[in-house]
Amino acid sequence: MNSPIFRTVAPFLTSLMLLFSLFVLLRGHNAPGGGFIGGLVAVAALAIHGAAWGVETVRRAIVFHPLSIAAFGLFLSCIAGFASAAAGVPFMTGLWVTVHVLGSAVALSSVMLFDLGVYLVVVGALLAIVLALEEEEGV
Amino acid sequence: MIAGAADLTFLALSLPFVAACLAPVLFRLFGHRAAWLLALAPAVSFLHLAGFIAEVARGETVTGGYAWVPSYNLSFSWYIDGLALVFGLLITGIGVLVVLYAGGYLKGHPQQGRFFSFLMMFMGAMLGLVVSDSFLMLFVFWELTSITSFLLIGFDHERPAARRAALQALLVTGGGGLFLLAGLLMIWNIADVTQMSLLLSYGEVVKASPYYLAALLLVLVGAFTKSAQFPFHVWLPNAMEAPTPVSAYLHSATMVKAGVYLLMRLYPAMGGTPVWEILLPVFGGGTLLTGALMALRQTDLKLMLAYTTVASLGLLVLLVGFGSPYAIEAAVLYLVGHSLFKGALFMVAGAIDHGTGTRDLTRLGGLRRAMPVTFAAALLAALSMAGLPPFFGFLAKEEIYLALAAGNLRSILFTIVAVAGNALMFAAAFAVALKPFLGESRQTLKHPHEAPALMWIGPLVLALAGLAAALVSTAFHAAISSPMASAVRGEATAIAVGPMPHVGLPLALSAATILLGLAAYRLLDRLRDALARFFQALGPGPDQGFDEVLEALVACAVKVTRFVQPGRLDIYLSVTFAAVAAVLLLPLFLWGEAPSEPAFAWPSLSELAMLLIAVIGLAAVLVAVDRLTAIVALGIQGFAVAVLFLLFGAPDLAFTQFMIETLSVVILALVMTRLRLHASDRRPAGQRLADGAVALGCGLGLTLLLLKATEGVFDTALGDFFGSYSKVIAHGANVVNVIIVDFRGTDTLGEIAVVLAAGMAILALIRLGKTQKQSGK
Repeated sequence: MNSPIFRTVAPFLTSLMLLFSLFVLLRGHNAPGGGFIGGLVAVAALAIHGAAWGVETVRRAIVFHPLSIAAFGLFLSCIAGFASAAAGVPFMTGLWVTVHVLGSAVALSSVMLFDLGVYLVVVGALLAIVLALEEEEGV
Repeated sequence: MIAGAADLTFLALSLPFVAACLAPVLFRLFGHRAAWLLALAPAVSFLHLAGFIAEVARGETVTGGYAWVPSYNLSFSWYIDGLALVFGLLITGIGVLVVLYAGGYLKGHPQQGRFFSFLMMFMGAMLGLVVSDSFLMLFVFWELTSITSFLLIGFDHERPAARRAALQALLVTGGGGLFLLAGLLMIWNIADVTQMSLLLSYGEVVKASPYYLAALLLVLVGAFTKSAQFPFHVWLPNAMEAPTPVSAYLHSATMVKAGVYLLMRLYPAMGGTPVWEILLPVFGGGTLLTGALMALRQTDLKLMLAYTTVASLGLLVLLVGFGSPYAIEAAVLYLVGHSLFKGALFMVAGAIDHGTGTRDLTRLGGLRRAMPVTFAAALLAALSMAGLPPFFGFLAKEEIYLALAAGNLRSILFTIVAVAGNALMFAAAFAVALKPFLGESRQTLKHPHEAPALMWIGPLVLALAGLAAALVSTAFHAAISSPMASAVRGEATAIAVGPMPHVGLPLALSAATILLGLAAYRLLDRLRDALARFFQALGPGPDQGFDEVLEALVACAVKVTRFVQPGRLDIYLSVTFAAVAAVLLLPLFLWGEAPSEPAFAWPSLSELAMLLIAVIGLAAVLVAVDRLTAIVALGIQGFAVAVLFLLFGAPDLAFTQFMIETLSVVILALVMTRLRLHASDRRPAGQRLADGAVALGCGLGLTLLLLKATEGVFDTALGDFFGSYSKVIAHGANVVNVIIVDFRGTDTLGEIAVVLAAGMAILALIRLGKTQKQSGK
């Protein structure tokens, strides 16, 4: 798309949206949000960038093939599920650890890892489709 | 049983499978000599099973196994009684000889390793089949023997005839296996047991059940297809496309007897009823005569033997169904005897083929000097098959006539059938064993030479076993035949018949058989021509019928596919949504489930505004001139609904709806530009009306369904649970997210797997379109 306004705004919009998507992902456990919604926001962000600057730019930016990202997400979710086996509790039981970083308590959990996996699967799978379609449009 | 012994038995039973994995490597290393090593596997299993002989002869059984799904009573368990033991010994014992024989037969063949892998797999499956205690295990092994048989028949897969024969065998026996499964499930329902050993004591329950007939018929289809009973017998002669060791092993000595095994196994539970005693002898007798007549028509040694195998299987089914203690004893003796002599004769046929390059009876003669050892083995086996004393076949034949001969009409009828069938088989036996060896030498493709040791050990040992078993008949009966007959009948049985002829009716019938057989042998050539004309006159047989059924099936499948998959997306969508509308609407009205009129309350101003925006969005979709506008307008409606969610206090849902709507619009717009459709909608008015009606139907249906659903009392149990435990157990204040990632995490795991798979599929579709376009250029 050759609108100068769109092209100028797109990078800011994309970075803001990506940041927001991570924010949404992380706050999900206690406030509206989560891996699924966060993933959708991230896809929208990258789709905008792709429309403005071309699919190749996005592909370079995300380094890996979208489907690899999605597969890695599924892998993370599985790991999160099986982590409970190591602790001797049933599959998918949430495990929680609280770490203190710079004086503030941060709760880490297998559930968060799982949600991160969901986020990556959504980003990867949908981005694969969107990018392929945007690519085709240019041809 | 101590645990260690059970594990040893398990090891012995799985040894063939281990050998199947090793076979390709061994043959790459040692060539055909690897057969000696490979034969160790069945030999060890044989010895292990032989160790049970004393125990089983005392009337005990060997059991063991491992639980699999205890809640469904499913287990991996074995039950070795007299019946299973004799089968196990035959499978492993003949297995040793067949492996050695095949080593010689396939010497130098590039695919030896694969062949032996299949063969050992079959051996393991067959062994598993006969020792299975649980129905499920029996069925799995049953189908596994069909599959390995398919692989072995089609071993020479470059020939179309072999491929067809393999497919035919698979469809007939595998299809029969499905009937068996249905039958076993019915028996499970009737008797509420899943183990053969338990079923044996439930005979009265099974026979009294109203479902007995259905269960019996289903099981019989399974057994008859496997054991090649008329009219399912066609696959067996065709299976002769397989290499000869396979014919000797699978298609005479072991696999085809699986059906007989099943009948014998179920005899205490299902046998002895009038249906049983009508169906089995009639089908068995018919198969006996058909097989024996067809056998004499052939000139190919292997085909001749194949048809006599069909006949013998018919005789066995006849005996199992005849319904007298002697008949069971006769079936037991004949089964053992048949495995020995028919296995030997098949190997002889293979050796002749190997030595001369042909199996055509009319082109063979005078081989006795060139192939003396093979001749000896053939003669010994044929004498047993012909039922001459003092061979084992004679014992079986005496017992057969003892069982059948009686004063009533039924006995006389089946005695005549048996005498005729046996006489014809007598002629066939000597046609195979004498014709190629006697008379003048003929010019053959290869210069006739004796088979290598690997190839005559098998037939000679089997043929001698047939003699030895008869000579030590008292001990043999005590150890082998009587325990087996006892297991089949479900009560202690002692077989007494010996190799010395006793004057009586059975002997007279034997003599009649021999005389008739001799006459048939003398007149073989003329008989063959007459039979050829006779079968010609009968017209096409079941073999052609098989082809026709298959063709009709394929044609039917093509028609159905063309009908349900016409290839037009608009038809698919119309049908799908019309069905959705019907499913939603019909129950509401047909069964009076329509919701009552809901209480109406004016929505707040903000809600009204959102509704208005949604309606405007929809109206814009309808009036939009080009598709892109319509897609964006649809998005307006979606956003309005998302705001409504927000107003009703569901921020997560609204958030997701916003994102989904945004992405849908983007993706739909991209897809629309890719499809290169007309910018505007060009459907004719009639079509638009019909589509609109379907859309309205869907919308109305969903609305009514929702109204109906919210009418009932709302069960808050789940909501309360999640609400009160979300923070406490799962450390999360956002209940929706906690449900997704924790309470119902396994669901989500499945869903994201689906998302990934769908993503891959869609990407593949997009790429497919791209490559097609490129190749089109």
